[in-house]
Amino acid sequence: MNIHVNGKVLDVEAATLAALLRELEYEDGAVATALNRNFIRRRDRGTTPLKEGDAVEILAPRQGG
Amino acid sequence: MAAESAGDRLTLYGAEFSSRLLAGTAQYPSPAILSRAIVAAKAEIVTVSLRRESGGGRAGERFWALIRDLGVRVLPNTAGCRSVKEAVTTAEMAREVFNTPWIKLEVIGEEDSLQPDVFGLVEAASILAREGFRVFPYTTEDLVAAEKLLGAGCEVLMPWGSPIGSGRGLNNPYGLKSLRAHFPNVPLIIDAGVGAPSHVAAAMELGFDAVLSNTAIAMAGDPVEMARAFALAIEAGRAGYRAGLMQTRDMAAPSTPVIGRAFSDLARA
Repeated sequence: MNIHVNGKVLDVEAATLAALLRELEYEDGAVATALNRNFIRRRDRGTTPLKEGDAVEILAPRQGG
Repeated sequence: MAAESAGDRLTLYGAEFSSRLLAGTAQYPSPAILSRAIVAAKAEIVTVSLRRESGGGRAGERFWALIRDLGVRVLPNTAGCRSVKEAVTTAEMAREVFNTPWIKLEVIGEEDSLQPDVFGLVEAASILAREGFRVFPYTTEDLVAAEKLLGAGCEVLMPWGSPIGSGRGLNNPYGLKSLRAHFPNVPLIIDAGVGAPSHVAAAMELGFDAVLSNTAIAMAGDPVEMARAFALAIEAGRAGYRAGLMQTRDMAAPSTPVIGRAFSDLARA
């Protein structure tokens, strides 16, 4: 299944957002997620299904002004 | 700290601070210099952001650990967001990662100046305030926008001094002075555009409650020394404001007494 992750098209097997983070080796607590521009809470990742063409954002802390 | 200024605290959404310099954390030459600069600035609040990251988020976690070790409060931003939806979603993501309801709300409306879109800003602020956020809106000196932001639930305003990263100082002192006069009881933080300690002092002399600076410190030849200079400027400007500045005059007025001057009764030689 092809989905967009942080702007790049990836072929992934994960069926949920939580599974995607595991597949891409993200540390669950270190990032925030959005699916198709909507915020998905950490506790909802396991019940959030992914489908072909979805756009996922995975964001981490960064320096800012 | 002098005894007379010991009780001069900055209050933001019920939290009290002794420092009136907020520091950005971007563009520093190294994490070590960033840490030392934050300490030298005596900053108690620093701004942070969220960005896309590969590598499992571990670089982000390292940065976040560095900030936590400094023992400062974080003010996450929505920097670069161009729409209400982007800003609201980014704020929601930041609240979860940084575990704070504070958000420095940016909705950018124009590319060259990075001028805030005050219409989108008011809309986003209203949504976020209803969601329980404590919103710090990056705005202009526009009085109407300020009034609407307060109406939307903001208890702090962050007007620009000049465009982000420009280092131009206070572009519109008259407008900023008007903003201060119209909202005497609202915490006002100059955000963006200061480039030198003198700009910071000028903002504080106008009665602003605090200044947020990033680029001017981070991009200085010696960021740690510049951080110290900014902290001194904050203190000097604030003390000057509290002491009460003299009224300016258009004409000279001698400071040395005129009466008793020698030869005053004689014709000029």
